[in-house]
Amino acid sequence: MINLTINNINVEVEPGATILDAAKKAGVNIPTLCHLDLHDINMVNKAGTCRVCMVEVAGRRALAPACSTGCAEGMSVVTNTPRAISARRTMVELLLSNHPSDCLVCAKNKHCDLQTLAADLGVREIRYRGARSKHAKDTSSYSLVRDPNKCILCRRCETMCNEVQTVGVYSAVHRGFNTVMTTAFDNPILDTACTFCGQCASVCPTGALTFVNDVPKVWKELTDPDKFVIVQTAPAVRVALGEEFGMDAGSRVTGKMVSALRRLGFSKVMDTDFAADLTIMEEASELVHRLQHGGPLPILTSCCPAWVKFIEHQFPELLDIPSSCKSPHEMFGAVAKTYLAEKLGVDPRKIVVVSIMPCLAKKYEAQREELAENSEIKNVDYVLSTRELAAMIREAGISFADLPDGDFDAPLGQSTGASVIFGTTGGVIEAAVRTANAWLTKNDSGKVDFEELRGMDGVRVATVNVAGTELTIAIANGLGNARKLLEDVRDKKAVYHAIEIMACPGGCVGGGGQPYHNNDYELIRKRAAALYSEDKDKPLRMSHQNPDIQTLYAEFLGEPYGEKAHHLLHTDFKKRDL
Amino acid sequence: MSKFRMHILVCGGTGCMSSSSGEIFDVFEKELSANSLSNEVQVIKTGCFGFCEQGPIVKIYPDNVFYVQVKPADVSRIISEHVIKGRTVPDILYKNPESKETVAEHREIPFYHSQLRIALRNCGLINPEEIDDYISVSGYEALGKCLTEISREDVISAVKASGLRGRGGAGVSTGFKWEMAYKSQGDKKYVICNADEGDPGAFMDRSILEGDPHSVLEAMAICGYAIGADEGVIYIRAEYPLAVERLRIAIRQAEEYGLLGDDILGSGFSFHISLSLGAGAFVCGEETALMNSVQGMRGEPRMKPPFPAQAGLWHKPSNVNNVETWANIPPIILKGADWFKSIGTEKSPGTKVFALAGQINNVGLVEVPMGIKLRDIIYKVGGGVRGGKRFKAVQTGGPSGGCIPAELLDLAIDYDSLQSVGSMMGSGGMIVMDETDCMVNIAKYYLEFTVEESCGKCTPCRIGNRRLLEILEKITSGQGTEDDLTELKDLSAAIQDSSLCALGQTAPNPVVSTMKYFWDEYIAHVRDKKCTAGKCTSMLTYKVTDKCIGCTICAKNCPVNAISGSLKSLHSIDPAKCVKCGVCFNKCPKQAIERV
Repeated sequence: MINLTINNINVEVEPGATILDAAKKAGVNIPTLCHLDLHDINMVNKAGTCRVCMVEVAGRRALAPACSTGCAEGMSVVTNTPRAISARRTMVELLLSNHPSDCLVCAKNKHCDLQTLAADLGVREIRYRGARSKHAKDTSSYSLVRDPNKCILCRRCETMCNEVQTVGVYSAVHRGFNTVMTTAFDNPILDTACTFCGQCASVCPTGALTFVNDVPKVWKELTDPDKFVIVQTAPAVRVALGEEFGMDAGSRVTGKMVSALRRLGFSKVMDTDFAADLTIMEEASELVHRLQHGGPLPILTSCCPAWVKFIEHQFPELLDIPSSCKSPHEMFGAVAKTYLAEKLGVDPRKIVVVSIMPCLAKKYEAQREELAENSEIKNVDYVLSTRELAAMIREAGISFADLPDGDFDAPLGQSTGASVIFGTTGGVIEAAVRTANAWLTKNDSGKVDFEELRGMDGVRVATVNVAGTELTIAIANGLGNARKLLEDVRDKKAVYHAIEIMACPGGCVGGGGQPYHNNDYELIRKRAAALYSEDKDKPLRMSHQNPDIQTLYAEFLGEPYGEKAHHLLHTDFKKRDL
Repeated sequence: MSKFRMHILVCGGTGCMSSSSGEIFDVFEKELSANSLSNEVQVIKTGCFGFCEQGPIVKIYPDNVFYVQVKPADVSRIISEHVIKGRTVPDILYKNPESKETVAEHREIPFYHSQLRIALRNCGLINPEEIDDYISVSGYEALGKCLTEISREDVISAVKASGLRGRGGAGVSTGFKWEMAYKSQGDKKYVICNADEGDPGAFMDRSILEGDPHSVLEAMAICGYAIGADEGVIYIRAEYPLAVERLRIAIRQAEEYGLLGDDILGSGFSFHISLSLGAGAFVCGEETALMNSVQGMRGEPRMKPPFPAQAGLWHKPSNVNNVETWANIPPIILKGADWFKSIGTEKSPGTKVFALAGQINNVGLVEVPMGIKLRDIIYKVGGGVRGGKRFKAVQTGGPSGGCIPAELLDLAIDYDSLQSVGSMMGSGGMIVMDETDCMVNIAKYYLEFTVEESCGKCTPCRIGNRRLLEILEKITSGQGTEDDLTELKDLSAAIQDSSLCALGQTAPNPVVSTMKYFWDEYIAHVRDKKCTAGKCTSMLTYKVTDKCIGCTICAKNCPVNAISGSLKSLHSIDPAKCVKCGVCFNKCPKQAIERV
């Protein structure tokens, strides 16, 4: 152990601890900006670029950055000398001197670390004026918006994209004052290998990386008397939306969310969870089919669009192994514009399907050409993130906390516990195993909770006994972890029967469209725990038990994994360049 | 060298080569052969003699006669007079500018008087493309001695005891760095030569590599043996093609002789050296940015710790030294730490190579013992200020150094004394300024360089130095206020305190030091809107005085037609149109244009 003092407070820390760690222990707050320690997902951004956390260390000529200076025995650190405070303020003023001052209309207004820091430090004037960076805004994609003029070069996005997700889209380019975080050759992000997972935007401290705002378009549809606007909500939204309204992380707000959506004016409020049950019907059938017909194995889940784009770019040679299932919200759209349209007697061309998702990649996914019935009828028309839904609720003046609980509309609103856990890592594969096990043992009262598949570790491998057969199942969350699994599969170093992959660390609960976690991964654990408790509370916990699903097959689709199901619920993948 | 009665040493350094010393060499070979002298006289292309001001240089050995500013046309006379008849050719001998006497003997030239050459010992003496030449001057003896007689620990002790400090800028104890790398555990270690010489005007590293490449290779192998590394990398800027070429030749020859490669001299020690070419970013001279660059990554400094000795190139323990530091190693091994410590000052033993430039008579490369007075370098070695002008300041340490005023000319220079006056040793650049230099403008000039070369990683360097530059631009354009001077001071302090690497930390030095020693000039710029040196053109006004004879030359030459007046009558300048280019001032035959 190392003993040192921070502002004359004695602290004892483990070897390897930084001054910042020691200060936390001593109850001393040192402001930071670029620093980001997400040890839960093995991401530490220790670039030391912003120089905001400068402190005085006795015996040193210059100030030291607290975030990246290791503690030493007997060290004497003072964090609040006039010199340190002045340097800190100067750093913030310098950043502000090259930052647009459109905070009031910035997408990150009230969620900007730079804004908060300036306020905390009491910056009331910017002493420095001069040249400003002038970079073009990149609005090429359906998911992300890049405004390099708001970038403070903290390099969090680079660390996230390169080291955690191993996608490698961003890098610092040029030098000195002209340095800019951008893509190779400054290509529009749409033309890169970006998966649109949005994790970069989740960790961006300013408004440099934000998301495409589709709220105005949805308002327009809602006010169009000719349109029949159906909304569906992903499982992970209901355990995170409350945070936007000051509720604790992990608050289950499913009922309030339904009421809010109804008050916003959606014609039908339905549930992606229903489609998740449908996905299991197809995916479990596909798994059973592959097990009985000699592969190909492993089967890879395909409900995460960022992950799908990742494999298309990075492992095109493995494109025959993902399940051909569309992602749940796309299945929902396909069913809504056929089966439901028929049932309701509405022209499918007048139906607008809006998905509320924890995800930014779903925005891009909805634009994939193949995910449409024809050029007029897309499966899903708009995707709003959890944050966008919260914005709509606030804009409409709905007092969220006071809302009564509402129920989803039938028939695409009923769901089982299996579908709820789709929103967390391991949930999709557990849902599939529940059904596969019940089918193969022809027993619905067998095992439901497959605890061995749960957890938050980046890569997990478990052996599950399904009807007497040992299935080896691997689970990865985070694309860097997915890469490891895929390399092993490609190089035949490991044999799995099934693999579940979610692009975002933690799964959809940690999605790029969720409320900002403000670098606290405990929030994401709480969201996941809330999903498991919602699952527990459901009367039906296996997808195939969903009566509305049974009706759908009986009335419309025929057999699971059958011809009609194939046409509506399955898709294919294509090789993409790196 | 015993075979020939005479050697003609032609400087093959980049400076002389660009003044056709290559052609001089060829003509010598041709004419010697035509005179049937090829068997008794050998012409050798050497490394740099240092006296670049007087290049191209040809030295006749063993006579030690030193010819300066030689042209290819002079070759036949040197052969017919000196080589054949034994008479010097007086008009191409060095002329002492003060006494106007010619000096034939190399050592008699004042430029060389106070010099002591350790790092440059072989430059201008041997053919850098011949390993035998290097061996003939005790080359590779130090390596052989280490591998056969001295333990790894004792090699490190010797380097530590010598007190040698890094010649690249920071002045860290070389032995301490070696020891750290030695103690670091690792299955693989690297020895790195930092040849990314980037200070404007500094070229000692280039000269050593061009003139004596084997000394660096030998030293790197010694270090590899000491710290337990089997691989060396020389990171050299691609703008040094001649040095790159000579290094390639040297590595190949050393490998052929078994002095590099596997099982060197049968000792079981293997050491391989490769080159890595830099693309010219100044910051890549910073050791961690250098290693990033070698790894194919963006040339940006890393956070320290971990230090390179702990996790360096490819995250393996690495030792980085600069070229000049390396060149000092073999003599230290051969002559001992005590010999080295007897030269220079207590805390900065040995010599230092300086690149003299700016308003000084003897532009060139000099190696002097540490502790020499600035005055002696500038006046004795450097020959004083050019054109008899008044000395104003000397800028040392490259763009990160500071400006030292006339009142400190008696400073005995070493690492610590330079730092104590707000400058630094840096790589040894020394740029002399005279009364016509504006110190605010000088500070701006250096800052332009560092702003251009900042990697952009940290806030204070990326934005802060840019803002400093902008304030200086404001001041030199006559728009500055006294508040700007306060901001300059405060911002400089914050940048020095907060930047990630030495580039940022030291970038404000030229500003801080000129404000310290030339405060009056800053005040004159912001309060009186005057540039006393006349360099900040926008603050100048041009007037025609009554000395004007109405010759119309000024009006004809004015690029913006700001001057009016008819023949033989007093002219006048329209200040609204004048762009202050100074053409009229320079063209007027009667000095009738006044500049204030």
